[in-house]
Amino acid sequence: MNHAGCHDLLSSLSEYVDGTLDDSLCAEIERHMSGCDNCRIVIDTLRKTIELYQVTALPPNLPQDVHSRLFHRLALDEFIDHSSDV
Amino acid sequence: MNNRNTLAEDFSLPALRTGDRAEFARLVEAYSGFIYRLGLKLLEDPQDAEDVLQETFLKAHRGLANFDGRSSLSTWLYRIATNEALMVIRRRKAPAISLEEPLEGDLAEQEPLEILDWCCAPEAELMSGEARRMLDQAVDALPATLRVVFILRDIEGLSTLETSQVLNLSEAAVKTRLSRARLRLREQLTGYFGERMHQQELEEGSE
Repeated sequence: MNHAGCHDLLSSLSEYVDGTLDDSLCAEIERHMSGCDNCRIVIDTLRKTIELYQVTALPPNLPQDVHSRLFHRLALDEFIDHSSDV
Repeated sequence: MNNRNTLAEDFSLPALRTGDRAEFARLVEAYSGFIYRLGLKLLEDPQDAEDVLQETFLKAHRGLANFDGRSSLSTWLYRIATNEALMVIRRRKAPAISLEEPLEGDLAEQEPLEILDWCCAPEAELMSGEARRMLDQAVDALPATLRVVFILRDIEGLSTLETSQVLNLSEAAVKTRLSRARLRLREQLTGYFGERMHQQELEEGSE
């Protein structure tokens, strides 16, 4: 990130990898990237960072004991067996 | 990614508002896993996460009669849970630091210092147990203001709008915080994987 233009693009990179950046800024980033290896690497590793967090995220499951205590606290005990069948 | 958006929001609001217990049980069943995961990620403590989980649904139960439906049920639940979790974080910190008015230094843009392409590191390296622990630690090291946005957006899969509703922030603020969180995490990961790749080269060189 030694080019003068790199820093200005920094705050747009997150939206760029999400694909939500407006077209003119996208084009500017892509033009810049074609001549700036450092920025390309930052964008690639930024994308990979997000991907790693997403693929390693735990499934949204409740441990059985946590589930039972929750239903008990909410006075929903009668729904425990029925619910865990789902 | 396990995204709660895949759940259809097909709950009967009139039934929930009038205290239909079976319908409430269905709601709890549908969202408790997501709320618990959010608590775990934000607090890194199973007991605290369970407390937040229970408080969230107790409050939801009391509040359903007045739920106005301006946001979706899931966004509303995330909002209650996030506020509960942030309260736990505030209590842990002494002296109290406002989460709405973060110290300027906490939110400075992360200038990339580490430029190294580790995208092609072997999958076994990227997904090792040690790497996963490092991923958790890196999130944990973020200031709460950035951590909560990253978790809601990139782990829980909420949209920018939903996240802004949960946190009562503008969408622009959500985007800025997400950008800062991601750049900081990228920096941490680059440091770690860069070191691993360097070690590997040394090992291969000495063979």
